[in-house]
Amino acid sequence: MIMEENNCKCSNKDEFMAELLKEFKPEKDNLIQMLNEVQEHYGYVPKEAQQVLSEYLGIPMAEIYGVITFYSRFSLKPKGKYNISVCLGTACFVKGSQKILDRLIDRLKIGVGETTKDGKFSIEETRCVGACGLAPVFTVNGEVYGKATVQKLDQVLDELMAIEK
Amino acid sequence: MKSLEEIHKIREEKKKELDLRINTSADTREKHILVCHGTGCTSSKSPKILENFNRIIKEKNIENVRVIKTGCFGLCAKGPIVIIRPEDTFYAGVTPEDCEEIIQTHIIEGNKVERLLAKDIDGTKVNSLDELNFYKKQKRIALKNCGVINPEEIDEYIAFDGYKALEKVLKEMSKDDVVKVISDSGLRGRGGAGFPTGKKWELTKAVEGSQKYVVCNADEGDPGAFMDRSILEGDPHAVLEAMEIAGYTIGANKGFIYVRAEYPIAVKRLKIAIEQAREYGILGENIFGTDFSFDIEIRLGAGAFVCGEETALLESIEGKRGQPRVKPPYPANAGLWGKPTLINNVETYANIAQIILKGSEWYSSIGTETSKGTKVFALGGNVNNIGLVEVPMGTTLREIVFDIGGGIPNGREFKAAQTGGPSGGCIPKENLDVPIDYESLKQIGSMMGSGGLIVMDDTKCMVSLAKFYLQFTVSESCGKCNPCRIGTKRMLEILERITEGKGEEKDLEKLDKLAKNIIRASVCGLGQTAPNPVLSTMKYFMDEYKEHVIDKKCRTNECKKLAKITINPELCKGCGLCQRNCPVGAIKGEGRDVREIDQSICIKCGTCIAKCPFHAIR
Repeated sequence: MIMEENNCKCSNKDEFMAELLKEFKPEKDNLIQMLNEVQEHYGYVPKEAQQVLSEYLGIPMAEIYGVITFYSRFSLKPKGKYNISVCLGTACFVKGSQKILDRLIDRLKIGVGETTKDGKFSIEETRCVGACGLAPVFTVNGEVYGKATVQKLDQVLDELMAIEK
Repeated sequence: MKSLEEIHKIREEKKKELDLRINTSADTREKHILVCHGTGCTSSKSPKILENFNRIIKEKNIENVRVIKTGCFGLCAKGPIVIIRPEDTFYAGVTPEDCEEIIQTHIIEGNKVERLLAKDIDGTKVNSLDELNFYKKQKRIALKNCGVINPEEIDEYIAFDGYKALEKVLKEMSKDDVVKVISDSGLRGRGGAGFPTGKKWELTKAVEGSQKYVVCNADEGDPGAFMDRSILEGDPHAVLEAMEIAGYTIGANKGFIYVRAEYPIAVKRLKIAIEQAREYGILGENIFGTDFSFDIEIRLGAGAFVCGEETALLESIEGKRGQPRVKPPYPANAGLWGKPTLINNVETYANIAQIILKGSEWYSSIGTETSKGTKVFALGGNVNNIGLVEVPMGTTLREIVFDIGGGIPNGREFKAAQTGGPSGGCIPKENLDVPIDYESLKQIGSMMGSGGLIVMDDTKCMVSLAKFYLQFTVSESCGKCNPCRIGTKRMLEILERITEGKGEEKDLEKLDKLAKNIIRASVCGLGQTAPNPVLSTMKYFMDEYKEHVIDKKCRTNECKKLAKITINPELCKGCGLCQRNCPVGAIKGEGRDVREIDQSICIKCGTCIAKCPFHAIR
């Protein structure tokens, strides 16, 4: 159901990894730093990248998998073209962000952490974007929508869906 | 590389130049337009505002005006904020389109742009920052430079006595002197637990070891807390300076800042600060010509709340899963890679340089008997002035919520305040006058925590809030020890049952017993404090729990399975506002009819409740 890993939008995968290896010494404690770079670049951590890191740092694949799944920032699956993230920090929660998340799940028919079949949308929940003055907030590919309401979310979704038609 | 003399010269020159930032009667023809670049204002387009100001100033060829990027001013609710100094004019809710008018009316014509002046809660316009009630009871120590300096310019930090404390320590003070000053000041860890900072430094200093480390805990994971982030964004050099002082004191030559990757602006400014400090020779070999060498590296966290626990944080710096270690040994004896390590929180470090410069007596004169100095809180939730506040210890919750925070919006009533995030508890109305310090908060079942302070009005369900925090700890529990991994999950299941109307009376007993066992048996601070939100809400809001369990009712309608939103026909004026705003079309009626809700369609989103001008919907 999810886009296959080899559908990665990025064509210069090898080039990026080669650069990454130049930047970091082959020391085990660099694993999280390097995973952060990989996640940032591809939007997820592809299996090929894990293999490269495993060989370079001398860490077994199972252990790398353990680290990736421990930290919420790392993901094993690619995210959608529009990654919509609803803040569930306490300030946003108190101001009703759960309703916005519920509505989003309801409309896209996918759960948190999932991507729609067409690869267009994915839902994420975050803990505090830091814009508590604008609570509740959601973000679309990092762009913050503050003082959000169910209607505002609907409006944004309608616009994005219209663009994609 | 700058010599000490050169740094003194920079300080002297810049001090004169920047006097107008802190002195409203500064003798200058210059004006500085300060544009907040904290995360809150940045998300509402403050970089565009800065760009527009610069463009207009260039186009109109205006002299003696500079536009400055600063850290957080604190009053995030009124963002984006622009302050013009020296006159200290406070413009709120500025948009990029307003820049033209501000330049024309304020800078060129010398008048104030009335419509943009910040308003106090009672609606009065204020001319300057000091006139706002929000700032009156605050005392800024850790946030001293936030909103005053450009955090990306080391010279501006130096101008306001930056790196003077480091110089004093390296040139005039022995390691024991430093420990004594910090101990005497009474400073305690601002990460939440409140361990005496001087004691921690003394212990780490006393351990023998050829290699030691200094670590800054900037993994601010409490959802809804942003104190540390604002300090890093607004005054990164203060943290670097304190880490160097700590390094000198305990005998370390290397420091690590562990910061959340979710804080891109803070990370960027830290990187710039470290680079500039290295360039000036303030970080690196033989600092200020002494034999003390120190360098700092940034390590990014990857989104795991448990990594705020000190030993989990160390594991994560080492590149592993962030699972806490069993203590003892404490990090002072065996920390990073088994070496003696000093770990302090961002806000703790932000106090250090000023304690060194102004002395322990000055610091310990602020605060209460057991808790000295100030504390920064991220004030959020159902309160008018959402933002960052720094108050002397001993300030009451009432002062923070009502005087500084401006009270509860929409004419609602205060129900509870939550401190300490997922580790803390709820404070009810009855305890509004308790002074905020480590001991008092603990006594009433909450804790200081890192400084998240969420205010809730009477539309909030306390059972649902407890469930919210439990959901958080369940998903963030690292899984190493059973009481936390399995225990919190069982507690959450009970709470879910209760909020779905399937709770039984004996569930409340089970919840209480389970909570106490988890506190006793968990390995680290996460598990040992995870039940606090449940215990404190049970302590103060038992009637609400009982309502859920016995009457199968949620008085706030927040628990959806128990909720039924209805319109009071006596109060409804038939304006139709609810109907137009209902996202699912569940409200029936025409013209001036009293409206009715079709329960089979209603998704209980509460939009109608918020929209009704007559409070007819509940």
